[in-house]
Amino acid sequence: MTSKPQYDKQYYEMLENLQALDFALVELNLYLDTHPNDLKAIEQFNQLTRDRTILANEFQQCYGPLQNFGRAYSKFPWEWSKSPWPWQV
Amino acid sequence: MWIYEKKLQYPVRVGKCDVRMAKFLLEQYGGADGELAAALRYLNQRYTIPDKVIGLLNDIGTEEFAHLEMIATMIYKLTKDATPEQMKEAGLGDYYVSHDHALFYQNAAGVPFTASYIQAKGDPIADLYEDIAAEEKARATYQWLIDMTDDVDLQDGLKFLREREVIHSLRFREAVEIVKEDRETKKVF
Repeated sequence: MTSKPQYDKQYYEMLENLQALDFALVELNLYLDTHPNDLKAIEQFNQLTRDRTILANEFQQCYGPLQNFGRAYSKFPWEWSKSPWPWQV
Repeated sequence: MWIYEKKLQYPVRVGKCDVRMAKFLLEQYGGADGELAAALRYLNQRYTIPDKVIGLLNDIGTEEFAHLEMIATMIYKLTKDATPEQMKEAGLGDYYVSHDHALFYQNAAGVPFTASYIQAKGDPIADLYEDIAAEEKARATYQWLIDMTDDVDLQDGLKFLREREVIHSLRFREAVEIVKEDRETKKVF
């Protein structure tokens, strides 16, 4: 049991926007796994990947790294292992 | 190699502490057609499936771990504030004496997870039909779970997971056609 810091409204909004973009990307990814020659879907995938990168960077600036093992920078002190974890928010 | 992402695939909210519902949700945590079985099934089959559909098994298998985390989050949130008495009343007295509030890979009836839930036949058609069946069974289970609660927040998360089963089933059906077509092309040459 851990105490959870309360996040502001912006946290939940940004997180949900990111989840929405990522949902579209997962859908396109699985679709393309069985339809590898659909150029329009690939273009859409690449555009959303660009949008996703921008939004993920903004989110990480405000709320710390989304990924570990060298996929995101850390401020001091070490941010990755800080609560809350996804099941705590 | 996998990289963890510190967010859920879809928001998980629960409207109330409902230990009985947590017990039912264990079916999708450590049950035969649950998310753990799904993830392990696809990621294990990908080594011996034809190249053209490896990517699909890899990616759906990975998504299943995100679903496992959502189910775990539901169970965690539904039980974290429950007293031993509430656990007992909800039919989780036996569970509590063994695990306290820890999550355990078992089904709703208390049967521990077993590798025998996961088929691996090596025949691509047999394996993909197994996967389609698994997705349909999981979809049905999610429907029964949705029917078991009036918590609209919880239902929202469960409906998302139910819809994912529909998509995965569809993609596996397409994979069957890809494998069949691939076989026929090879026969011609």
